[in-house]
Amino acid sequence: MSVAYRFGDIKSVRDALARVGYLCDDAIATVLYLAERLQKPILVEGPAGTGKTELAKSLALALASRLIRLQCYEGLDESKVLYEWNYRKQLLRIQVERNEEEAHVESHRDEWHRIEGDIFSEEFLLERPVLEAIRAEDAVVLLIDEVDRVEIETEALLLEVLSEYQVSIAELGTVRARQIPPVVLTSNGSRELSEALKRRCLYLYLDYPSAEREREIVISKVPEISERLADEVVRVIGLLRSLDLQKSPSISETLDWARTLVVLGIEHLDQETTSSTLNILLKYREDIDRAQRELLGFGDRARA
Amino acid sequence: MLDVLSGFVDELRASGLPVSVTETIDAANALSVIPLDDVGALRAALGTTLVKSADHEVVFARVFDLFFARRNISWHVEGEILVETELPGTEEVFVPGKLSGDRRAIDPMSLRDMVREAIAKGDERLLAESAAHAVELYGAVGSARPVGVAYYLQKTLRGLDLESILSELLEALLAHSGNRDRVREGHLGGNLLRNELSRHADALREEIRREIVRLLVNERGAGAVAKSMRRPLVEDLDFMHANGDDLVAMRKAIYPLARILASRLAHRRRHRRRGPLDVRATIRRSLSSGGVPLEPRFKNPHPSRPEIFVLADVSGSVSAFARFTVHLVYAIAEQFSNVRCAVFIDGVDDVTGIFRRASSIEEAIAEVGAQADVVDAHGHSNYGNAFRLFAERYGQSLTKKTNLIILGDARGNYHSGEAEILQRLRRRSHRVFWLNPEPRSYWGTGDSIIGEYAPHCDGVFECRTLRQLKEFVNYLA
Repeated sequence: MSVAYRFGDIKSVRDALARVGYLCDDAIATVLYLAERLQKPILVEGPAGTGKTELAKSLALALASRLIRLQCYEGLDESKVLYEWNYRKQLLRIQVERNEEEAHVESHRDEWHRIEGDIFSEEFLLERPVLEAIRAEDAVVLLIDEVDRVEIETEALLLEVLSEYQVSIAELGTVRARQIPPVVLTSNGSRELSEALKRRCLYLYLDYPSAEREREIVISKVPEISERLADEVVRVIGLLRSLDLQKSPSISETLDWARTLVVLGIEHLDQETTSSTLNILLKYREDIDRAQRELLGFGDRARA
Repeated sequence: MLDVLSGFVDELRASGLPVSVTETIDAANALSVIPLDDVGALRAALGTTLVKSADHEVVFARVFDLFFARRNISWHVEGEILVETELPGTEEVFVPGKLSGDRRAIDPMSLRDMVREAIAKGDERLLAESAAHAVELYGAVGSARPVGVAYYLQKTLRGLDLESILSELLEALLAHSGNRDRVREGHLGGNLLRNELSRHADALREEIRREIVRLLVNERGAGAVAKSMRRPLVEDLDFMHANGDDLVAMRKAIYPLARILASRLAHRRRHRRRGPLDVRATIRRSLSSGGVPLEPRFKNPHPSRPEIFVLADVSGSVSAFARFTVHLVYAIAEQFSNVRCAVFIDGVDDVTGIFRRASSIEEAIAEVGAQADVVDAHGHSNYGNAFRLFAERYGQSLTKKTNLIILGDARGNYHSGEAEILQRLRRRSHRVFWLNPEPRSYWGTGDSIIGEYAPHCDGVFECRTLRQLKEFVNYLA
């Protein structure tokens, strides 16, 4: 196992990510740095749209690695996470053996052992994302997305990989990792993850960014925007997030909004422009009504 | 490892966070690879290795401040041990300000100006500096009196009179922006300004609190201060004895819980049973393996729609709990379309419509209080009467898919319990659960008739804290 770390210090993590367009704060950079030094997976939690998946993608870009992504969903099982035997190919193989057998006669016992050893070999193994990641020759980053969607039993499948970096295959034995890839797990918190999983991971809570950071993000992703407008956008977003909305605007919605404003040629946010473009930011009727009322003072609730 | 780190971990545990030995070792390893003079990195490293839930962040922040947000201290790793050393005579490690050397007390007027500027700009340095001055001027921390952080915080804030500074500042800024009409209340510009000022003011209060903690720790040591500041985790607070701040924190914690409950029930719906064998699909699939049906396909089960009917006691004896249950029910109703809710004292009324219409929880609570017709005769809880009325009016709408959840302390003021009505209700519905906000040891004492009802429920749960509520949700799944 190579001990050459790709990140020299915390600052270099931040710079590397900034070069691929992901602006992170020092806390995030520290966690990524530690993940590499301690060789531990990172569990990222936080509200939707705060850049959890994006973090893994950017990490892969920054490390010039291939991203292997396992999208989790209910009912995901071993054969989709770790490995599966290619039984169609196995069947074909048996079929071929049978045909050959008719040609030259061999003792049945030997025949069986030979075929058995044959069909449970690497040739017939279908690698699924997790196995693929630890067996990869090239540099990879493994992203296990929305891990809270799988059942708790499936979650347990990941434990061996995440702590020992190995996969046990009943017919082949234990497959050890050629390299220890960076692993990022994301969760939307739709259920409490098991203690065992949490213990094995470094924990990172990605909240909505601070106003300064969000402003930088807006300016870097929407370069046409004026500094003044970016500032106003971020201030309004901050206020919206402080309301008790069903769905607070995410970073990507902030960016959509900023782009729309630029396209529409709006240079300054006031009552009218904000009100007429709120539907880009908020996705529920009730939220829009509420914002109109509490942010802009529309409706009948204006206090004297 | 008897050192700063283990003291820190001990305090986290004492505050209720589950920190395992592995995690402590991870933290120690992390400390050996980060620059220890960088407090931000130190905090991030300890946080990521020791705290694995966003709910625990508050406790972590408090304990971290106690142990590490101090001046004139540096840390280094000796062997496997994190050692702290006092730096004699040096300036503050990270909080700016010119306090230590020639202590020159600032006069109240210039402090006021300073605070005003800090809040207007929201500048972190300035906020920290003015907080330090404010504590020095008004707090008089350090006397040997055995009082806690809250006392000094109140004292400092009172001396500073932050509220008047805020309103002054707001006036000035609004006047400055010229056209006062454009920034009147309810107008975007004014709202933005107000929001930002109050955020900065909160930041200042937080800085003041941290400064006080820092001074107290220097005076008495981290362990002693920690003990006096220990609060139960939000999830361990008793609903009946929660104060205002606690309730706000609990409310925040309820929404995710309702979402989990909803997704758990929906999940069961999809995965409980496999449907019957789908012959057509199985044969179609077998073609790729030469007609051998290797992988049977099943039809998706017909989706059944689980229903929840919540029946909540809102009488005086459980009023604190009732407010809380209304929160929970409101949160569930938002997540789930098939929720009905009725409240009772000695009468019973369906409040589902009120929840649907209300745009916020406060509105819902007010409406329930004003409109729900829950008093039949006396206005004291009468479970028997309430159940009878419930069965008469809503019994028909219970089906084999309904989960009936009853919330109440089962204190019926010595009225007849009419448990056989509950028995009938149970026969009509899928399951019946009872959540009781009283400690288990009180059950069956005095006028509590939970014992009469328990045999007719699928489960009776003590439900005094969020943790117990969580356990119930997990039980359901």
